[in-house]
Amino acid sequence: MIKDGKKKVWDDYQKEIADDKFYYVRSCIRQTIWPGSENIYLRILKDVLGKDIYESENHTTCTGIGYHSEVVPFETIQTVVARNFSLMKEAGYENYNPSCVTSFGIYTEILETWHHFPDEKKKVINFLKQATNRDFVEPKNLAHTSDVLFKFRNEIAAKAKYKLINKETGKPLKVVDHIGCHYAKMFPNKGVGGAEYPQVLAGLVETFGGEVIDYPERRHCCGFGFRQYLVKANRGYSISASKKKFESMEPFKPDFIITNCPGCNYFMDRWQYALAEMEHKTYGENGYGIPVLTYEEVAGLVLGFDPWEMGMQMHQVDVEPLLKKIGVEYDPSKKFKGANGEDLPLPEKPNHINFSV
Amino acid sequence: MVDFGYAPLEIKIHDLDKANLTLGEWIAERDETFKHCIACGSCTATCTAGKFTAFSFREMCHSIRRGELMEAITESEKCMLCGKCILACPRNVNTRNIVKLVRKANQNFRV
Repeated sequence: MIKDGKKKVWDDYQKEIADDKFYYVRSCIRQTIWPGSENIYLRILKDVLGKDIYESENHTTCTGIGYHSEVVPFETIQTVVARNFSLMKEAGYENYNPSCVTSFGIYTEILETWHHFPDEKKKVINFLKQATNRDFVEPKNLAHTSDVLFKFRNEIAAKAKYKLINKETGKPLKVVDHIGCHYAKMFPNKGVGGAEYPQVLAGLVETFGGEVIDYPERRHCCGFGFRQYLVKANRGYSISASKKKFESMEPFKPDFIITNCPGCNYFMDRWQYALAEMEHKTYGENGYGIPVLTYEEVAGLVLGFDPWEMGMQMHQVDVEPLLKKIGVEYDPSKKFKGANGEDLPLPEKPNHINFSV
Repeated sequence: MVDFGYAPLEIKIHDLDKANLTLGEWIAERDETFKHCIACGSCTATCTAGKFTAFSFREMCHSIRRGELMEAITESEKCMLCGKCILACPRNVNTRNIVKLVRKANQNFRV
């Protein structure tokens, strides 16, 4: 990768990101797989950055997974999206801030559709009125949550307790940044840094002191790909796609992977366990996997949040070796304790990938 | 070993920075329509040889672009040069000529 070329691409693809007053929309799957990440984001925005961010209990899924599986028709998803936008207006906000990359892709695609096909928009205005008696509105600004953390990366770094630096060697941690396909591959100008070499996570990593590594399959899908996984008979394709990425990044010895998409987080983490059990192969050091972190977790870690409060014990690939590398202060005995100190059920120990229980 | 009911397929990793792309460049110099291919597969869908053998013009082009020279040359030998794919190609790629060029290149590029 030519660094100067990358900077030029980044200059060409910068988007407008709102400064304050965000209407936050959760992901439908993140709550079950990374329960802490969305809370960390709200905590960072409210308590660390002092921003106004509002979440409505009435918003729904964007139905993106159903749409991409051809279960939800286009008219339906457009109406669901229009309802979510109108809830934002009712709450007095204009800046829509989804936490999921699939949703971000859906909102972008639908806003572009309404822009280029006014008849489609007219149809949806009627559907929304008939179905919910709500008024149609489009957001003034649409930014993914990783865009917002990117925008405030310097403010976060200024308050950071740790840097992404190996405590023992003093060298920057080597980080694989993986961007969800639906973030910018469909509409490159809607993502920070475009589709080829997005800046959104690379910017975070570099500001926090880490070093982004490039590898041949950087742009390859994480392996989710919706139908590759949703149909069990196709799951061989899903795990093969992930394996291809791991094989390709392994020689560069990454310290961790950072992603901005719920699906990428999940598959790059869980498939490392499945590959270890299937083929007795691990891609990290000393029989561990390569930890896979969300951008909120990375920001939370550098700010000094407790890893167990952030739910990092829910990862399939153990994060403890990474915490030790950075020098994060944490209590290993509290890994599987609840909020009130009660014992949580211990996970079953995998056979072929190290995991401290 | 755990049986999940599915397994990874054999994977191939192509590092295009290290791949030998000279065959593709050599062909494009002699027939620039090679560069127009969008890999739609219309050629393969209409191919008579492909109906009875495993021949695929599209796969041959992929092999050339990935630097898999032997695979491309072996693939080209399955074509019967009927030229039906030229009629099907929406990008006016001179497919028949490209197969002939790959065969001609055989002596230059065979390792």
